[in-house]
Amino acid sequence: MVVLEVSPISTEELWSSVSDHWVLGHPPDQGLSLLSAQFGRAVNVRDALNQAMDEELERDERVFLLGEEVAQYDGAYKVSRGLWKKYGDKRIIDTPITEMGFAGIAVGAAFAGLRPICEFMTWNFSMQAIDQVINSAAKTYYMSAGAQPVPIVFRGPNGSSAGVAAQHSQCFAAWYGHCPGLKVVSPWNSEDARGLLKAAIRDDNPVVFLENELMYGVPFDLSEDVLQKDFVVPIGKAKVERRGTHITLVSHSRCVGFCLDAASVLAKEGVECEVVNLRTIRPLDVDTIEASVMKTGHLVTVEGGWPQYGVGAEICARVMEGPAFNYLDAPAVRVTGVDIPMPYAKILEDHSVPQIKDIIFSVKKVLNM
Amino acid sequence: CVDQLLEVSYVLSQGCSLHPFSLFGSVLLTCPTAGLASMVASSRSYADFTPEKVDLHRLEEGPPLTATLTREEGLKYYRTMQTIRRMELKADQLYKQKIIRGFCHLYDGQEACAVGIEGGITLSDHLITAYRAHGYTLTRGGTVREIMAELTGRRGGIAKGKGGSMHMYTKNFYGGNGIVGAQVPLGAGVALACKYLGNDQLCVSLYGDGAANQGQIFETYNMSSLWKLPIIFICENNQYGMGTSVERSSASTEYYKRGDYIPGLRVDGMDVLCVREATKFAADHCRSGKGPILMELQTYRYHGHSMSDPGVSYRTREEIQEVRSKSDPISMLKDRMLSNNMASIEELKEIDIAVRKEIEDAAQFATTDPEPPLDDLCSHIFANDQPFEVRGATPWTKLTSTS
Repeated sequence: MVVLEVSPISTEELWSSVSDHWVLGHPPDQGLSLLSAQFGRAVNVRDALNQAMDEELERDERVFLLGEEVAQYDGAYKVSRGLWKKYGDKRIIDTPITEMGFAGIAVGAAFAGLRPICEFMTWNFSMQAIDQVINSAAKTYYMSAGAQPVPIVFRGPNGSSAGVAAQHSQCFAAWYGHCPGLKVVSPWNSEDARGLLKAAIRDDNPVVFLENELMYGVPFDLSEDVLQKDFVVPIGKAKVERRGTHITLVSHSRCVGFCLDAASVLAKEGVECEVVNLRTIRPLDVDTIEASVMKTGHLVTVEGGWPQYGVGAEICARVMEGPAFNYLDAPAVRVTGVDIPMPYAKILEDHSVPQIKDIIFSVKKVLNM
Repeated sequence: CVDQLLEVSYVLSQGCSLHPFSLFGSVLLTCPTAGLASMVASSRSYADFTPEKVDLHRLEEGPPLTATLTREEGLKYYRTMQTIRRMELKADQLYKQKIIRGFCHLYDGQEACAVGIEGGITLSDHLITAYRAHGYTLTRGGTVREIMAELTGRRGGIAKGKGGSMHMYTKNFYGGNGIVGAQVPLGAGVALACKYLGNDQLCVSLYGDGAANQGQIFETYNMSSLWKLPIIFICENNQYGMGTSVERSSASTEYYKRGDYIPGLRVDGMDVLCVREATKFAADHCRSGKGPILMELQTYRYHGHSMSDPGVSYRTREEIQEVRSKSDPISMLKDRMLSNNMASIEELKEIDIAVRKEIEDAAQFATTDPEPPLDDLCSHIFANDQPFEVRGATPWTKLTSTS
């Protein structure tokens, strides 16, 4: 058996070698790259979220946004920039730093017929309010036997960022994905962000919307179709971002990008990866995953969160229990964040999250290369 | 026919002890109609008595010290309180027979709170409470049948057997909530919706002395005040949070003051009229756009915290007996009506018999109605959604969820 050394590759080198339809040439937060009109236009994830909220606020008067700094500060990460100026105090509400209280208020407003968007500055702070998300929002429709729907969206950045250390870096996909009564979505690119947020706001049920801070400044092409006001991405459907035949990579959020990067590198060695962007954590699109695995016979899941009881663990269990198992030529494997609280020093932080080289390494192990 | 009125001046109790209600004067003229006991006009009598004020916090004035109770209202309050009482006692019985399982937190002793509050608001207002909720489910429009069938977990239950004792809902009534204190921010959210929609409605948010120390309640005080939400906070102080007396749980037991910058009042929660007048006063305060107000109702529960608690390890039987004999809300109303010739003993007995029958019928229904169908197991996960598959206990068990 040959063991291949994979040398670390810089992000810039990698991104310069990726295929045409990517617009990543610009470092994050430096505005949008100019793109030819035939592709619509380039919109970064932050603006996609902003426009989605703006359009939904305009469309339905019952929709409103509350959270810390969402109004006069334009949003801690500027996701709600301009909305307070446009819609005023009634619909864009700055809250005190009291997550349990304002999350409960948001749920109560949903009980009484409004359609709140409740922002957590990061999902780490949702732990202060998690009782309201689970016990008051998720379970109420069931406990009331359908008498009391809860049309609410909880949103905010999830998972690791850069240099924010342990208390500000946790991924909550597995925590919320565990609970019946919630829909949990995790967009990767601008199309996902726009379409899933619109779908979430229009959904009559509690939706946990997991954004990613490092993706906010990343621009993507949005076609004219996507820019239509009624464009929604259905919750519960994964998207195959790249077709392949040798192995299936299943991922969500920022790691989808890493999977595509890894796929490009592997393509040069003749390995064609199929990359599945989950888009939704709960309900999990098992059909798409199974169809892909039955085609390729190999599976690697990639996530930023911790391995134990995580998203990848669930995917592997489902594949074991379903028809796709019989098509596996090798055990399914997970690439995850390292099982430690997030350290601060850059070198340590870099080694705490899945890197492209980890994905490439895992693919080659699974393919016995 | 002239409605028979009772002019009542009432003494509102102060501090932690519960004083029996004193009655001044009586009036009234009769217009005998078929079926009504005839009333005797009596002369007004006065006594030398200076009524004590209700306890106020940051309020210049409190609710009026006189209230008018019509015969119709009196009978209605009597019947409703008696229904709650009998319903809770029947639940006690069924629980001991193991026909009701799990949690069962009974409200007997506190009836004047639920009934009095409802007397001060309307059904288009909103209300949310904690887990001692059967009484409120009734006053908010539920029927005894569907309440009892929910306790016994049957398909005819108010939540089709899916919720149980702590999760009953009706229009503008948001339960029944199991997590101590969580209902208070929820209630403020409902109030926010009322203000947002400009419908002049308000939300009554109840909690107990045990919950009163919850952080999220103080967070809610803050936001409600900042945003001037139309919310009435009501602390039902029944002296014990589970087995912990107020002195042992709270550095300050003046719950009506705990809202700090929120005006508050404390009244006798065993007197349905006191509760009603205080609620009306609070509702006016909210509807005039002044923002939140806090009421403390001093009340008492005869049962333990729940059916698992005999209720005598942390308080004496003598104490329970004393409250029963001196401050029972139903007896107080009954005595008031009898001594003012607003109703006859026979009439009230007839109500008792009718209530008993209603409870018996409901219990009969609740014990014979079938349990929910297994098809219902996975339903009601999501609203307005396509049916979807739910994993059962094994990978081969595929169940369906419908909205």
